[in-house]
Amino acid sequence: MSHPHATSMGLDSRKMAFWAFIGSECLLFGSLISTYLLYKGKSLVGPYPHEILNIPFTSFSTFDLLMSSLAMVLALAAVQRGDMKQGKLWLLVTALLGLIFLGGQVWEFNHFYHEGLGLTTNLFGSTFYVLTGTHGAHVTVGVIWLLTLWVQALRGKLGPAQAMTVEITGLYWHFVDVVWIVIFTVVYLIQ
Amino acid sequence: MSEQAHASTGTYLRVAAILVMITLIEVGVFYVPAFQNILVPVLLVLSAVKFVLVVMFYMHLRFDHRFFTFLFGGPLLLALAVMVSLLFIFYGAVRLRTGV
Repeated sequence: MSHPHATSMGLDSRKMAFWAFIGSECLLFGSLISTYLLYKGKSLVGPYPHEILNIPFTSFSTFDLLMSSLAMVLALAAVQRGDMKQGKLWLLVTALLGLIFLGGQVWEFNHFYHEGLGLTTNLFGSTFYVLTGTHGAHVTVGVIWLLTLWVQALRGKLGPAQAMTVEITGLYWHFVDVVWIVIFTVVYLIQ
Repeated sequence: MSEQAHASTGTYLRVAAILVMITLIEVGVFYVPAFQNILVPVLLVLSAVKFVLVVMFYMHLRFDHRFFTFLFGGPLLLALAVMVSLLFIFYGAVRLRTGV
């Protein structure tokens, strides 16, 4: 391989660095999920998880994020084959699905707060908001990143030559998705 | 293995369909009283399958160089080990303190 970012292993250095970053993110979310599990069922006052978590609503959010991952791979495939019309469309769809997820999380946090669950109400509130809030912050970064790529594509500055940039954005987005797959199970379904 | 080889659009759509089906099964299992005794292992297995499908096909680890799998898998295993260790230490300490 002779691309300008090749390492001595022949792999793209940007992609290698990004996988290392994702590895470090595993440790970040691993520690937050561990903290949630350690304090699970230890709250002395309510609201408790079974009283407040809305499974149908969160299932829709999960479906939304899974579909955004599909849109992301379709965007990458389109950019790689030089079909920028489709590439722009799927990048925008991915960002919009991310925005819908974020809107749902804002609604959920607002609803929980009005139900009496604040950041310092009990151990469930503290660990829940820190874990899901950190994930939401990652989704926000991903949406901004996707919209930046979409604007670049609109201005004609994104094409097959920049496919690795889209692939790295995709890696980040799919990682955010797999973290949510774990959170949905550990926090919402296993109460 | 090539760094660029990826799955086809058809594969992406099939993986999406499987992910949606597994999510529906997860939610279904959650509401069925008969599954309450085995709910945790069933949900963990289903979640792990979804996790692996996204990582293998959407993040392309199935097609990419194995070094990327090492870069991701190493810290992931470390995170899992830390998680399991913390749970054992925490609940071991609680058991020692309460004698239960």
